[in-house]
Amino acid sequence: MLELRNISYTAGDDGGPKEILNGINLTVSERFVAVTGPNGGGKSTLAKIIAGIIRPSTGSIILDGEDITGLGVTERARKGVSFAFQQPVRFKGITVYDLLRLASGRKLTVGEACDYLSRVGMCARDYVNREVNASLSGGELKRIEIATILARGTKLSIFDEPEAGIDLWSFSNLIAVFEKMYEQINGSILIISHQERILEIADKIVVIAGGRIKEQGPRDEILPGLIGGGACGRLAAV
Amino acid sequence: MALDAIQKALLAEIAGLHGVPEGAYNIRSDGKLEGRSTTANIDIVTKSDKPGIDIYIKPGTRNESVHIPVIIEQSGLKDLVYNDFHIGEGADVTIIAGCGINNCGSQDSQHDGIHSFYVGKNARLKYVEKHYADGDGSGERIMNPTTIIELDEGAYMEMDTTQIKGIDSTKRDTRAKVGAGATLIVREKLMTHGRQVSDSEFTIDLDGDDSSANVISRGVARDASRQVLLLRINGNARCYGHSECDNIVMDESFVQAIPEITANSVEASLVHEAAIGKIAGEQITKLMTLGLTEAEAEEQIVAGFLK
Repeated sequence: MLELRNISYTAGDDGGPKEILNGINLTVSERFVAVTGPNGGGKSTLAKIIAGIIRPSTGSIILDGEDITGLGVTERARKGVSFAFQQPVRFKGITVYDLLRLASGRKLTVGEACDYLSRVGMCARDYVNREVNASLSGGELKRIEIATILARGTKLSIFDEPEAGIDLWSFSNLIAVFEKMYEQINGSILIISHQERILEIADKIVVIAGGRIKEQGPRDEILPGLIGGGACGRLAAV
Repeated sequence: MALDAIQKALLAEIAGLHGVPEGAYNIRSDGKLEGRSTTANIDIVTKSDKPGIDIYIKPGTRNESVHIPVIIEQSGLKDLVYNDFHIGEGADVTIIAGCGINNCGSQDSQHDGIHSFYVGKNARLKYVEKHYADGDGSGERIMNPTTIIELDEGAYMEMDTTQIKGIDSTKRDTRAKVGAGATLIVREKLMTHGRQVSDSEFTIDLDGDDSSANVISRGVARDASRQVLLLRINGNARCYGHSECDNIVMDESFVQAIPEITANSVEASLVHEAAIGKIAGEQITKLMTLGLTEAEAEEQIVAGFLK
């Protein structure tokens, strides 16, 4: 279980300090929690704070009763936090297999690597030895990114807009991937998304706007208001 | 021929060999001939006017390989050798060279290898060269390889050259003349650390119509090491030339990449790409989110880059 207590974050830039997040209190104990809200509202910052990439200005992060606020990215990863980037990183020379092996943290057979790729709808044989470089499309990179999270199999998996940069055809496959993940996961998924079809699988929906939690609750309570053009207003039926 | 443990370790590093190789070979150890084997198609002859050997590969020889490793263990040895390769028309062979130095002494050990390749009409050659050194002595480990390449009509040569570890100072000089319809592909991988210095210079003359060359150099400079790379391609006919250098700079290192492309013919088409930069912060962060430490992440990124 993940608990965020009074998380705030103020970024300093040329125009003076800018408040990105303010007093976020959130508990993630459900299997699938979706975070949504307008762009620039602070969602990605929150995800990076949980992964340890950004340090909050105030507040604490508790994972299964342990305060992990002072821990770095590596230590949090080893304690069971996984983070799928909104824009996957490219590497010259590192292959898809290398990345999956590093993600799994063990000796991974090619067969096991192929299995993870198949689960994100990729024809594994064509990809396992490809370099994770600019020769891969945005959609391919996103799916590989999700496969690395599957390979890690940790208790908390965070996805930052997995649908961003994916074409519509890939998108319907992506939904299937998350539906299956929902059935199989042993921990919690925290997913940032604008897509109604992803929100539809969530147990809980959290709406963040202007750096604050605007509303949160079970899907059936929150989703109708969002679709009706309410708080989020950005959701469109797919 | 019996090899001792250090010789075996050096051979494994530079030639992937775990004993005496099969097929044709010539092993030079501390400036002397350690062992040689020839085949029906490949002859190896000691030069009479200067140190070195001539390797003759008969026209039409296929699927054979030649190993010519050099190993140096004697501190203070300055070894100079001329190796000339004559590859007959239509042959298709692999040559594996390499030099390993284990210098535990206080004097400099140096190997200057001058390799010349005469590749006949329509012949194909894959040339693999690996340089490596270790030993904890204060003496420097120096290697200055010179490679001279002449490709006849329709010939094809791939050259893979790697220097990953332990060489204190290197001056690499590669010169090629590419004939009509011939192709040269060079892949260079270089890693320097400590206070090492590497100077690498390529001059490729595309002399014949429809000749082509592709030179790809990847380097990683760590600590306070220095790398200077000059990639020169002269287009003297209807030809295509492409060179690319991609370098990672780390710590206090210095890297200079100097591209030079010259069209001496209006039919020449030449491209150069060069990039120098440190490891992208997001690459390190990504691998850290997989549970690697910062140092482990750097190591994986460098290893992948030089793979």
